[in-house]
Amino acid sequence: MKPGQPPPWSELRKDFPILDQSVHGKPLIYFDNAATSQKPRAVIDALVRYYERDNANVHRGIHELSMRATTAFEAARARTARFINARSADEIVWTRGTSEAINLVANTWGAKHLQPGDVILLTEAEHHSNIVPWQLLAQKTGAKIAYIPVTGDEGTLDLFTLDSLLTSQVKLLSLVHISNSMGVVNPVADLCARARQRGIVTLVDGAQSAGHKPVDVQAMGCDFFAFSGHKICGPTGIGVLYGRQEILDQLPPYQGGGEMILTVGYDKTEFKPAPHRFEAGTPDISGPIGLQAAMDYLDAIGRENIWQHDQELAHYAYEQLAALKDIRLFGPKTGRAGLVSFLLKDVHAHDVVTLADQGGVALRGGHHCTQPLMHKLGVESTARASFYFYNTREEVDRFVEVVREIQRFFAQ
Amino acid sequence: MFDDLNDLYQQVILDHCKRPRNFHELLQATCSAQGNNPLCGDNYKVFARVEGEVIQEMTFTGSGCCISKASGSLLTEFAKGKTRNELERMFEEVREMMTTGKVAEDVGKLAVFAGVHKYPARVKCAMLAWHAAKAALQGAGAEPVTTESEEI
Repeated sequence: MKPGQPPPWSELRKDFPILDQSVHGKPLIYFDNAATSQKPRAVIDALVRYYERDNANVHRGIHELSMRATTAFEAARARTARFINARSADEIVWTRGTSEAINLVANTWGAKHLQPGDVILLTEAEHHSNIVPWQLLAQKTGAKIAYIPVTGDEGTLDLFTLDSLLTSQVKLLSLVHISNSMGVVNPVADLCARARQRGIVTLVDGAQSAGHKPVDVQAMGCDFFAFSGHKICGPTGIGVLYGRQEILDQLPPYQGGGEMILTVGYDKTEFKPAPHRFEAGTPDISGPIGLQAAMDYLDAIGRENIWQHDQELAHYAYEQLAALKDIRLFGPKTGRAGLVSFLLKDVHAHDVVTLADQGGVALRGGHHCTQPLMHKLGVESTARASFYFYNTREEVDRFVEVVREIQRFFAQ
Repeated sequence: MFDDLNDLYQQVILDHCKRPRNFHELLQATCSAQGNNPLCGDNYKVFARVEGEVIQEMTFTGSGCCISKASGSLLTEFAKGKTRNELERMFEEVREMMTTGKVAEDVGKLAVFAGVHKYPARVKCAMLAWHAAKAALQGAGAEPVTTESEEI
């Protein structure tokens, strides 16, 4: 990549072996990136290299392979800290994904600090993974859940209600950075600042943002930040919980087992400090190694560049779709992240997705794990096209043509 | 462009999903049951008026994808005048056809659903109304039936 010049997008596309194929006789157009991204050769190679050369268990071993595996595993932690500008690698906890990261906070911070009558403040646009762990916690602790409302089909937060919602009972604000069903980018830094003024702990769900735009957790001012490896070109099964050191250090363990202890007696156990206190058992070792390769790959392109590319494609797709008849579009008109949710009049989203698949276009149809939001909007489901840097304007053109064909098909 | 899809979305299916027959509540119903696939959002209620062993009338209401709605429509057309046993037998034949693609001789118009077997993810859509109808005739409880599980 040459400094100061836009990345060679069509060249980068060749880094993804999976994209070079046809489905149902049509060139694959992969527009399901909000569900999971594809993996570049560099990540696949890193995984193969690890298993072919360095595989061993981490931390306890003295032999060469174990030291290599441990070094790579912990180097990935330090790399992750740099990726989101955490102050230290000790603020990075490995999890299986965003969901487990949120569950970890609910089960440690939540169980320790929440009392009956306390309020957990969420937004109406949260993914189930940022609703259900809090509902489970509320049942256990007697805390209550409140929601910042969203404003209709645009899906942006109704921030006029915020001051009245930020009561002294609120102990936690947990919200999505970029909503996976609407493509709204929430003003998380502003919201975290307002929460912090009132002593409210904050968690930002970065599943849709971490690999798509630059993330600086210190500038954001959140206490926790969660994201998944597989949505940012990394392997499935690895995720990240960032926690501010002062908070992490005070939390009880998440699960018990090997790796997370200093000494164990029959009656009493001393735990390691954070982050290892939260990582019981042999961890996913190849996951962080693959994730590091993904982070290196993304940062060589530059996440500012990726973000610009995502937004341009989404804007282009939105404009093209908005020109069609009998279509309902969701999400903001401007400033949207790299995805477009839509419904065609009298055509169910699942029928749209089945037909698009026959046209070679991989979309997602359904509630996108945001059932409460769908119910609020009065729909059962939407169809969603979600983009990444390897997608092109030509693919968007083709996708829009396929949508037109679907309309014609159902009009016959 | 969608030539392959003519197996799934045959003209008869498209017609019935756009203009579903017997698509209303049945005030004189002697039994009814809900079919709900919460993950998909497909949700129907099937009503039947049964006298003795004979289904005098069957209707349905609700919403969902093209396949599920067309299936409900063709089911209610088929059911009129059939006995409970005949409907249960056809349930088995339709399920067999949707999972294997083999068309039994007596399925008549319902043969249009044979193409569903090429789309395993959509079999549950096509079977939903049938399960609800079966549950209604068996006088099943208030719990909605679903086809979002292993057993279809």
